[in-house]
Amino acid sequence: MNTAIKELGELVGREYKEGFVTDIEAETLPPGLDESVIRFLSGKKSEPDFVLQWRLEAFHRWQAMECPEWAHVHYDPIDFQAISYYSAPKRDEDRPRSLDEVDPKLLETYNKLGIPLEEQKALAGVAVDAVFDSVSVATTFKDKLAEVGVIFCPLSEAMVNHPELVQEYLGSVVPPSDNFYAALNSAVFTEGSFVYVPKGVRCPMELSTYFRINALNTGQFERTLIIADEGSYVSYLEGCTAPMRDENQLHAAVVELVAMKDAEIKYSTVQNWYPGDEEGRGGIYNFVTKRGACRGDNAKISWTQVETGSAITWKYPSVLLEGNHSTGEFYSVALTNNCQQADTGTKMVHIGEHTSSTIISKGISAGRGQNAYRGLVKVLKGAKEARNYSQCDSLLMGDRCGAHTFPYLEVKNPTATIEHEATTSKIGEDQMFYCRQRGLSEEDAVSMIVNGFCKEVFRELPMEFAVEAQKLLGISLEGAVG
Amino acid sequence: MLDIKNLKVTVDGKAILNGLNLNVGPGEVHAIMGPNGSGKSTLANVIAGRDGYEVTNGSVTFMGNDLLSMAPEDRAREGVFLAFQYPVEIPGVANIALLKEGLNAARRHRGETELDALDFLKLVREKLKLVEMKEEFLYRSVNEGFSGGEKKRNEIFQMAMLEPSLAVLDETDSGLDIDALKTVAGGVNALRSEDRSIILVTHYQRLLDYIVPDRVHVLAGGRILRSGDKQLALDLEERGYGWIDTVAA
Repeated sequence: MNTAIKELGELVGREYKEGFVTDIEAETLPPGLDESVIRFLSGKKSEPDFVLQWRLEAFHRWQAMECPEWAHVHYDPIDFQAISYYSAPKRDEDRPRSLDEVDPKLLETYNKLGIPLEEQKALAGVAVDAVFDSVSVATTFKDKLAEVGVIFCPLSEAMVNHPELVQEYLGSVVPPSDNFYAALNSAVFTEGSFVYVPKGVRCPMELSTYFRINALNTGQFERTLIIADEGSYVSYLEGCTAPMRDENQLHAAVVELVAMKDAEIKYSTVQNWYPGDEEGRGGIYNFVTKRGACRGDNAKISWTQVETGSAITWKYPSVLLEGNHSTGEFYSVALTNNCQQADTGTKMVHIGEHTSSTIISKGISAGRGQNAYRGLVKVLKGAKEARNYSQCDSLLMGDRCGAHTFPYLEVKNPTATIEHEATTSKIGEDQMFYCRQRGLSEEDAVSMIVNGFCKEVFRELPMEFAVEAQKLLGISLEGAVG
Repeated sequence: MLDIKNLKVTVDGKAILNGLNLNVGPGEVHAIMGPNGSGKSTLANVIAGRDGYEVTNGSVTFMGNDLLSMAPEDRAREGVFLAFQYPVEIPGVANIALLKEGLNAARRHRGETELDALDFLKLVREKLKLVEMKEEFLYRSVNEGFSGGEKKRNEIFQMAMLEPSLAVLDETDSGLDIDALKTVAGGVNALRSEDRSIILVTHYQRLLDYIVPDRVHVLAGGRILRSGDKQLALDLEERGYGWIDTVAA
């Protein structure tokens, strides 16, 4: 039995394959945060004045807030004055209009990651708004989207070109005062995507953004805002990888989704940031606030996430079910290996009548990884006949990792139907032996068992993403199995 | 085909097999019988290479190779198949996916090309008939929610697909009603061939009414105490395992 665990350890202990740094000269602010930094950021993007005022107000609120400590994760206090809040590839004024104009080194970086933009354009029909550090460098398929009236652009561009939409919706789901990191993000966010799908339009392609952290000691504070107007549909894919670094890098993004009456938003994430080395050195801190609001009747918001990276992951994609008969879904795979820590889950807030929510959470722990599911299902007084189904499954690999489940329930309406199921299982020696007896190598056996465990989540992902997610899981567990 | 010499095995320091000898020739069917705790399943697991069994002495040679030095998956690819006493459930993994991986791993090992989807499906359909299984079985998760009989039939189906040189059936008859037993036995009989050896590990003579063995061995106290033809199984059935102990003593 001990040999099996040891072998698992060897399998999971493979090095991070995406660890490299592209040498592009970055224009970077010196570390530190005060009003002048915020004015610089806002000026850099030629933002309208209301945005600057909004940022400053958030900054003042943030100054009065304390760093939260309730999550089941452990790390040294972060010095927010030691972080640089802006970094952009040079030649900012001269941004490329097509891939031909993109810095070849950047393309090389994407190629190493196995996400060649050209191929994606041709094969997958995906519009890519690639974020390299803080400035978008390539935006594709804009014309095709414009034909049907879909706006898909960097948030900074939307602030200039569509200020009325930004003013109406920015912070309407995650207000700056929501939490410590949301306030920080509101003050210093530098990039992110903006999507607006007009009434009755079904977005003709999956929208995708690849985030990447590249400059040393630079926190990334993306802010994404997606609005699906009445009767519209959009599917958005977010994926990220980061090069190997020694310093911990803070990432505190905010994502806001707004689904109006009869609209549907599907938001999928595959996250593969540098998790730190085997001893837990380095790695990304991923403290994200993601929330969607089903504003109208019959609206639907679905979060699907595959989290394999980061040293610490702390995020709870949530849905506010305001409209009657609106639906919220959360499908999650979170994997922790070596010294990774994850505290993730969701909040489903039932406000309207006949609202329903589904939560499927799959946690995988290997090495010394710690994986916590934290979920809140809240049914308000007026939410007649609300329904929730939650399923939280944990898979343990080896005997040094941990899985924790913290389900919270607040039900104020007696007509609610709530179901909760939870299981914890170990990758069995007997399962491994069974697969190997049928001729599978140890690695293939682990990959097959783990992917089977995650199947209910993977089938919610768009096809290309599902393949990528399976590959990622395989890579993340290489050298870790027992 | 299989030659076991003076095999001694301990589990957690406790001696289970105490100098076992067994020789199985090509095309032969051998039954290993014995009371509970006699070491039958240990023998099956040691042949397949399961962890947790320490071989302290002896050798196991399979088609001229030292089996004990090989990883379980290499033994499988070389043609050793174990039909499990308790087939394990693997949620979310389709039966057909596991089979395809296993079959192609063996083909790569032999330097053959992998089967394409069409040929694979053709082969699968042909073999399903052997064990009277419906095609929907292929797409269900491995053994998940299967009845006891379905699990055992699935083992024989996998054996049919992988076409091993040596198949060890560990208590394949346990928990089967008479109809399921007949189906399973029919499948095994159809797989008997001149170049395939089969070891039936069983507690009861009943299975041997349907799969007639060439040799019967009685295992007790970690050693083969007696060998004979199928008549030995019938004598055992009549007199019980206690009889062997007295004869051996």
